[in-house]
Amino acid sequence: MKKLIECDRGEQVRVLKLYAKDELKQRLISFGLMKEAIVEVLEQAPAKQTIEVKVGKMRLALRAQEAALIEVEAI
Amino acid sequence: MEEKSCPAISNHIKVALVGQPNVGKSMLINSVSNAHLHVGNFSGVTVDKTEVLFDYKGYNFTVVDLPGTYAFTDYTIEERVTHDYLCAEEYDVIINVVDSTNLTKNLQLTAELLTMSKKVIIALNMSDEAQKEGIEINAEYMSELIGVPCVKVSAVTKEGIETLIDRVLKKHQEEKVKPKLVFSEPVEEEIAQIIWYLDKHRFQSENSYRNVAINLLKNNKKTYEKLHDNPIWIELQPILIEAAKHIELHHDSDDVKEAFAEEYASFNRGIVAEVLKQKTKQEKKTVTEKIDSILIHPIFGIPIFLFFMWSLFQLTFEVGAIPMEYIDAFFGWLGNTVGATIGNDDIRSLVVDGVISGVGAVVLFVPNIIILFIGIALLESTGYMSRVAFLLDGFFHKFGLHGQSFIPLVTGFGCSIPAYMSARILKNDRDRLLTLFIIGFMSCGARLPVYVLFAGAFFSPEMAGNILFVIYISGAMLGIIAAKVLKMTAFKGVDEPFVMEMPKYRLPSLKLIWHTVLTKTMMYLQKAGTFIAGASMLIWFLSNYPHNLTLETEYAQKIAAVSSVQEKQILKNQLASDMLEQSYLGTIGKFSEPLFTPLGFDWKMSVALQAGLAAKEVVVSTLGVLYALGSDVTEGDNSLVGAISKNISFPSAVAFIVVIMIYLPCLAASVVFTREAGGIHYFFYLLAFTSVIAYSLAFIAYNVTKIFV
Repeated sequence: MKKLIECDRGEQVRVLKLYAKDELKQRLISFGLMKEAIVEVLEQAPAKQTIEVKVGKMRLALRAQEAALIEVEAI
Repeated sequence: MEEKSCPAISNHIKVALVGQPNVGKSMLINSVSNAHLHVGNFSGVTVDKTEVLFDYKGYNFTVVDLPGTYAFTDYTIEERVTHDYLCAEEYDVIINVVDSTNLTKNLQLTAELLTMSKKVIIALNMSDEAQKEGIEINAEYMSELIGVPCVKVSAVTKEGIETLIDRVLKKHQEEKVKPKLVFSEPVEEEIAQIIWYLDKHRFQSENSYRNVAINLLKNNKKTYEKLHDNPIWIELQPILIEAAKHIELHHDSDDVKEAFAEEYASFNRGIVAEVLKQKTKQEKKTVTEKIDSILIHPIFGIPIFLFFMWSLFQLTFEVGAIPMEYIDAFFGWLGNTVGATIGNDDIRSLVVDGVISGVGAVVLFVPNIIILFIGIALLESTGYMSRVAFLLDGFFHKFGLHGQSFIPLVTGFGCSIPAYMSARILKNDRDRLLTLFIIGFMSCGARLPVYVLFAGAFFSPEMAGNILFVIYISGAMLGIIAAKVLKMTAFKGVDEPFVMEMPKYRLPSLKLIWHTVLTKTMMYLQKAGTFIAGASMLIWFLSNYPHNLTLETEYAQKIAAVSSVQEKQILKNQLASDMLEQSYLGTIGKFSEPLFTPLGFDWKMSVALQAGLAAKEVVVSTLGVLYALGSDVTEGDNSLVGAISKNISFPSAVAFIVVIMIYLPCLAASVVFTREAGGIHYFFYLLAFTSVIAYSLAFIAYNVTKIFV
């Protein structure tokens, strides 16, 4: 099982499942981070504490803990 | 239902402006009316609803600018404001503002709005930008597909604004039309089932049955509450349970909200595929992504940010110092000229030593303030603000803060009041309170004059800019350390997730920056002309009264006894300073002096600090009045900077700066703090917290500096 946080810079993946709960899950969904969405990892802060991803046309900043709750697959 | 329209309000249209964050809602209002709402390029500029009124074609429009919301959730306080407003308040039409350059994501909220039975109009904003990016949207076709009017507009070029208002008028007069939001077959089947059931029982409802059905399927609390006490509930409940099961099965999810989000997304994808044409091929990396690879670079990102901040303070001092000389000279001239026309000694002193030197001392720093405000406006409008939040989140997180805390904190460099308000973007109450408590550590614009004054008095002009930078950065560092302490003691708890949109970089519009800076500067000047002038008069009165006749006659005799002009002058100065000491203000100062002696403050500094509780500008104006009265007024050396460097020792000055950096913000900010924190007890915590830290650190600073100097 691959998590979004494990992806490298520049990698494109498809979202399989969200492990986030309740409000955080709603939040991710409202940002377009939902099943079937294509995500690209744009930038990573030192030690991958925070990452910048692209969903559709939007750029999102995610902390490592949150990015670890998103299961993805390579495309 | 028969309702006669009241003539007074029949021509009134109330419009709710809704959209996702940072799509230009406030800017749209500004271009529709002549309002001047604050706009920026990050999520969460508008944190509370604002109403703007204007007239058009004989109608009175009230437009309510609601805080941006990504979805109908209560994730943050500002989203709650929007959600509550839309569900509970009375309004006629919703204008849903969407970002044309990111249609798919924006329509996610639109889909939710369409399930409410309200009149909706979609404003396809930023159409000029979309055009530049080669995006073409067929608005007519889109209107047809969704069943609500879609109008292309641009808040920047004002294109389509009039059409939009015309459409609102038309929509207002028309009957409600059902939007054509369709779901996947399994969901539609369930909706049909519920509608059939409601219809069978002739259920009474303001909203359409379809609406009620969708809300029931989405687990909408309010709809449930309404139906729960209805006898049909007993039969309806099993139907709903079945329906939810089917939908969840179809979406392979145990979360009906997620299922609906997916439904909306697929509806939106369909719409976008039909109406949107990407004419030019998009480059592999957009400009924003290219800039990001430099500005949020893992290694260079933070040094670049620090460099920007350093440059800002360097500029603040260097460039700000140029006009200062002239302003100083102007107020000196004004004092002499006005003073010469007033016969009465007391009134002359009130005007010259009180009002003119007090107000002059504050106005002197307008150039510095302008530069600082320009810097903050640039940070807000370019999109860099969110990048810094990204860069600092890792670091902030270690200290128990949230990356997004950076936004209220940086706003705090301008003024604490909007900073306290913008802390609402933080979802978690503990994080928000924590941020509220440390906003004061970010020195606001009103404290800048004190720093500039002291830096100028004790350091060479080349160093003063660096000193300013050091003061601001150490204030910020102290704040972060204080946050850690608070997080470990008072605000223990789980961390809030960090999920934030990174807006597109935008070239700041000159007009916008000019406007923001002008408004803030005018506010500063207005304060100088009213509040500060009043405070200066009060300080003047307190420092001139009561008159001590014995002292005056005593000195008059002494002055008469000596012959040389020099000796006469010395005696006159002594009289002035003795008079000041026995004035009301002197008494207050002397009374509190023992408290401040360990920090090396004389009574004048003690008084200035206490006056600063009202507003930080008063510190400078008070010093201005006190030193204008007490010091020898010889030509060429009547500037406040000179008086400060002559009368205050370096260690005392350092301790003074430390107290100014940390102690309680001004009265107005304290009121806002209390309101935002949600209780007067928080104000007392803040008072105790800041006073203890300010006093102990100033004590340490004073004694350490004494060793070195």
